[in-house]
Order: sequence, then structure tokens, then C-alpha cells
Amino acid sequence: MTAEEPLVIRGGRVLDPSQKLDRVGDVVIERGRVAAIDPPDGQLPLGEPTVIDARGLVVAPGFVDIHTHLRVPGFEYKEDLVSGSRAAAAGGFTTVCAMPNTDPVLDTRSVLEGLFEQVEAQATVRVYAHAAVSLGQAGRQLVEMGGLSEAGAIGFTDDGVPLASSTLMRHALEYAAQLGRPVSNHAEDPALTAGAAMHEGQVSMRLGLPGTPRQAEEIMLARDLLLAELTGGRYHCIHVTSGGSIDLIRRAKDRGVDVTAEVTPHHLTLTDALVAGRTDPVSAALPPYHANTKVAPPLREQADCDALAAALADGAIDCIATDHAPHAVQDKDVEFAHAAVGFTMLETALPLALTLVHDGRLDLATLVERLTIAPARCYGLPGGTLAPGSPADVTIFDPDEEYVVDPALLASKGKNTPLAGLPLLGVVRRTLVGGVDVFDRDAAQPVGGRA
Amino acid sequence: MPLHRKHLIDVADFSRDEVELVLDTAEAMRTVLERPIRRAPTLRGKSIVNMFFEPSTRTRISFELAGKSLSADVVNVAASGSSVEKGESLVDTFHTIQALGADLVVMRHACAGAPDLAARHLACSVVNAGDGLRGHPSQALLDLFTVRQHAGDLEGLKLVIVGDVLHSRVARSDIWGFARMGAHVYLSGPPTLLPAGFGDLLDGDGVVRVEHDLDRAIDGADVVMALRIQKERMAGGLLPDLREYARRWGITAARLRRADRRALVMHPGPMNQGLEISPDAAYGPQSVITEQVTNGVAVRMAILYLLLAGAPT
Repeated sequence: MTAEEPLVIRGGRVLDPSQKLDRVGDVVIERGRVAAIDPPDGQLPLGEPTVIDARGLVVAPGFVDIHTHLRVPGFEYKEDLVSGSRAAAAGGFTTVCAMPNTDPVLDTRSVLEGLFEQVEAQATVRVYAHAAVSLGQAGRQLVEMGGLSEAGAIGFTDDGVPLASSTLMRHALEYAAQLGRPVSNHAEDPALTAGAAMHEGQVSMRLGLPGTPRQAEEIMLARDLLLAELTGGRYHCIHVTSGGSIDLIRRAKDRGVDVTAEVTPHHLTLTDALVAGRTDPVSAALPPYHANTKVAPPLREQADCDALAAALADGAIDCIATDHAPHAVQDKDVEFAHAAVGFTMLETALPLALTLVHDGRLDLATLVERLTIAPARCYGLPGGTLAPGSPADVTIFDPDEEYVVDPALLASKGKNTPLAGLPLLGVVRRTLVGGVDVFDRDAAQPVGGRA
Repeated sequence: MPLHRKHLIDVADFSRDEVELVLDTAEAMRTVLERPIRRAPTLRGKSIVNMFFEPSTRTRISFELAGKSLSADVVNVAASGSSVEKGESLVDTFHTIQALGADLVVMRHACAGAPDLAARHLACSVVNAGDGLRGHPSQALLDLFTVRQHAGDLEGLKLVIVGDVLHSRVARSDIWGFARMGAHVYLSGPPTLLPAGFGDLLDGDGVVRVEHDLDRAIDGADVVMALRIQKERMAGGLLPDLREYARRWGITAARLRRADRRALVMHPGPMNQGLEISPDAAYGPQSVITEQVTNGVAVRMAILYLLLAGAPT
């Protein structure tokens, strides 16, 4: 299939929160763009259109992930642009935003341009990138923010490494403000997280694993929000995990601070109890101390999950981001304290987030909004909409179909999921970027031209 | 009755019957140790590998003697320093040990959960000889054994564990073990080393109380256990002053007078005398500290026996 042929996605529930659209209809795509959204079974466009039968399925704008560890350059053994694109497409994401904690770090224009050249040659979904805040993510000297911004950096972050210096954070916010780019930070006070391997609470106490309290996040987040207020800079809160952080974000938003926030599917739905293992269901049994439950910031408690879900529903948290963090077996199959942090998440984000919808805590339209136009707005990205004239980035999914997580079937090189064997609901059936198929669950072979 | 287990990793998993089985077996093992030739042929032909990734003299020797008293071949792998520092992964070490044909691995490691990792990769049995802050099950079993010998029954006994509970794997295992056997566990120590949350550890299944004031905690106690204070805790801001610690939480003969007059005094060793315990308490008439060491061999013999020979075929 080429983008030149007209394409009609027929009879699906077209759900596009950017247009407040939620009705059964046909999405007509011409020359890679959305031409119209018609009533169902209307007249087909001229020529010989390809028809995708979407009856019984949801047709949504392609999902936008503003927090993706694509591992390029330097850690291609964990993920590369081919596997990363396939994972994104299989998870319904048509846009991903690479994080800069690579080797070398995305801290200079030439490294960023090198990444974009590889993206051009290998990626099948749209790839944007964050640049580091500090050279080498060492927390001492600012990167060439202007040049990186011109080269396409959508924002600045030392994600993975907390920016300890309040002075540097202040200056980063001041400097980035004139560029209109948000700054974000892995908000965990390093003094309070030193040596920690999980959330500090009853579970860590029982397991004898050093823990880090919520306050490690809240202290640094409070500082960052105060500095955003001081400087007038734009600040984006990444992977918020605690109820206390939400209170801080609400207060900052009320005071008019230019702040947005994201939450991951796993912090919304999983708790620190998982580190002690899972016995139910048997298919998803997980032994205690399994490093596939280790993530930073750590999984917290049910009360935090509840507060995060409520904040996502009411908009205090703007959007969902995956924090997709693929790792190889040898990074994870070590002592818990020494294991790498993070989960492979692109392909499980939708079914995991859908648990909130199936539990009645979030409506489907809001979830789709938090996966599409909302994250796009946080960084001013195009996409996240099916408005006529926009690129035909489309995700077609069945929110009720059973999906059992099987690491072996993940397109990502990272098989590090705490969800293996878990039956969830929600299956991405088909993903299009610019009207071109990049994922088709029914195809025997991976689709998507350049890969 | 056999022990239907392959590994001994965490005493928290053990039922009351299983604990009693180990203690009863240890009684029998003690008689072996009292013979002129302290050796039984029970584990002849079995090989046991001691893998100690953290320095340990007492526990390693105790396991070594236990294995040899049962005629097993015991090999000590000198694995000081972390495997990461050596550039060798722990999993790789397991595969090597496996290929060399061990029947049981005794493992000490600085990281909580390392024995679980071992159990996932090794086909043989794994005995946890201490992992990080998580547990030291053979120590808890020998403590239970020692107290049972003196008190007869553990049900309703008041045990006070004093000191750096937060950083103590011995304390964690003793909490599980004693609470499981029906004892009432009181914890005492400075709040920096004993978070109040320890009082909620058991989830209704037993009695654990936090009482920072030692004089109140020790009132009427049947067993008083002092934990070793690591002097480096001061550097982390966890303890303001060692003399202040000794004054407030040190176990002395004078303080013991508040406990039951037959109260037992215990310490997992090695002791800082004059700090967490004074010599008049450590070597006084109520002290069972050296018995703990002797009983350690019998209890470890029982563990090795139950995992290697007692298992149903």
C-alpha cells in the first residue's frame, strides 16, 4: 500500500477528543492526510480506495508518547530505531519522543542530528527527541540549548539523573523560556534515594530492601515548581508517582505556573507489593525480588495509584507517557540492588491504562485524550488529532479484546515487563502513520515499508 | 516427617510445624555433636558449596562444621567483594557452580534477594546464610532453638530485640520466627534505626510492638537480645553519639533487673562490649551467647539434613 491511494476506515467508533468527536463513522484518507470523517457507509471516494473494516473497533488519532527511551545512539543492544518503531506501532503510538540518556548523551547538535539521520533511514513512526539539560547529564554546565532547539530538540531533560543543582535548574528554565521549550527533571532528591532500590514502606521494610520515600520526589518537584514560578519558564513533570506530588502540581497550576504533567501506565496501576512477587494469576506468577519490578521512580502504594488515576481523570495530570525503558536480560538478571531500572512499556501501555476504564475510573474518551492530543500539547507537537487536513496518523484498537502479555511476542528488544502472563483487555489492531500501515495485528509478517 | 522444601531462603515462609521440625531435628543433631567422634555418615557423597560474598567467619565455619559432621564434602568458594566489582555476573557464578555439581549451596550476599536469584538459576538447594538486610534464617532458627531449650515453650514469651533493627537481617528473621511460634516481639532502639512502621509488619499474624524507651520495653521480658551496632552508622547521621547510645540502649546487668529474673540474654555476635552490651550482661549468669554458637552447628546440621537427606525421593 502507498500513501497515494485513497483509504477508508469504515464503520468504526471514531473517537477524537481534539474535535470532541465520538461517533460511528468512516475516516477518509487521501494523500496521507485525513480528508473527511463521514457518516458510516457513505459514498466511497473516487478511484479505487482501500477499505479497512473497523466495525466494532475504536478509531483514534495515533497515540503520542512524549517519554520514550529509544536507546540510540549507544545502547542498540537494548533497543534500536527499527525495533523501537515496531514496538511503538504495535502499541498504537505513531509519535514517540526519544530521551537523551544515550551514549553519547544527546547534548550537542551533532549528536542530535546524527540521531535524526538514523531516524530518517530506519524509523517507521514519527520520532522527536529531548536534549539533555546539562553536558553529559553531569549536572554542571548547560547544553547549547539554542542550537539543539534549532536542530529539533522538543525540550530539555537529564531524565534518569536528577538535576541536583537548583542554580542550574533555574538557569535552564530561564534560558529555555525564550526558546519556548519545556524543561523536565527526574525529580528524586539524590540524598534521599542513595542506595534505594524501591519505594520505602511496609514492603521494603519486610523485604529488607533500602527504600526511598515519596518525599524524595516531592522535595525536588516542589523546588522545580518554585523555580518555574520564579523564572516564568515552562516545566513538565515527568513520571509523577505520589499523591503529594499531585497536590504540588495542582497548587502550581492554580497559581498560574506554566506546568504540565505526565504519569506512566505502571505508576497508575501497579504497586510496590509486586516486588514481593505475584502468585495470582498463576500464569503471571512472579518470584520475589524480580528485577522486572524495579523502576525509578519506584512503584508506590494503592493510595498513590488512586490519587494518580483521579488526577488523570480531572486533568491535574495532563497525559500518559510510557517511560518505555527497554533493557537486555543481562541488565536485569542480576541482584535486585544492581539491576537496571525501567519497564518495556510501549506495547503494554494501552491495555494497562485501559484497566482504569474497565474499572470505571476513567472514561474511554478521556483516556484517548490523555494518549493523543494532551501529550502533543505538552510539547506543542503536531499530531494527536484526526482533524481534516492533518496527517493520517491513526490507531485502531479493540478496548475489550483480551490481551495476554507475552514477552516473546513483543516487538521491542526489551522483554523486561512485570506483566508477563497477565491477562489484560485492549488490543491494538492496526496503526497507520501518514496513511501508511505500520502495524497490522493480522499480518503474518511485520508491516511498515522501511523496516 | 520430611520438610517439603528445596530451599531455605526466608524463615517468614515457614509454618509453625516446619519450624518445629527443624528444631526437633536439631535436638537429634546435638546428640551427634556430644559423641566422642562428632560425625555421622548421613550426607556422605553430597557436596556443599559455601559461597560467601561478604566476609563472615562465624556463620561460614558453623555451616562448614555442620556439613562435615554429616560427612558431606564441603567446599568454600572465596568470593569476597561483590561480583560486580570483579566484573563477573552472579548468574555466571551460579552456572559455574552448577556445572561443578553441587548438591547444596550456602550463600551469603550483601544484596537482599540474591538467594532468590540463585534459586532461579541453580538446580540444587539454596540455603540463605544472610542476604542484605533481608534475612538470616539459620540464625533465627538457632535463636529459637536456644530459647526453646531454656523456656520449653515459645508461646506467649516476651522477646525484646534492641538496637539497629532497620539494618539487621537477624532482627527481621527473628521477628518472623518468634512471632510465628507465638512469642510477643518487642523492638527497641533509636527511632533512626527503628522506624515506627516495624510495628505494623505482621499484618495481624502475631504480635510485634515498637517501644523506643528500652526501660519500658524490657519490663518483664523473658528474652533480651542485643543487636550489633555498626559504628559507621554515625557517619550517616543515624546516631548522634555512641556513648549516648550505650546509655539509652545498652544492655547492662542493672537494666536486666527490670526483666524477668530468669530472662535470657542473647547476641548474634560479634559484640561491641560496652556499647550495645556490657560485659556483666554478656558474660553474666543469664547469658546464652556462647550456647547460641554451639547450637548454631546443630541447627545448621538439621537444615542441611532436612534439605538433602530428609527430602522425599
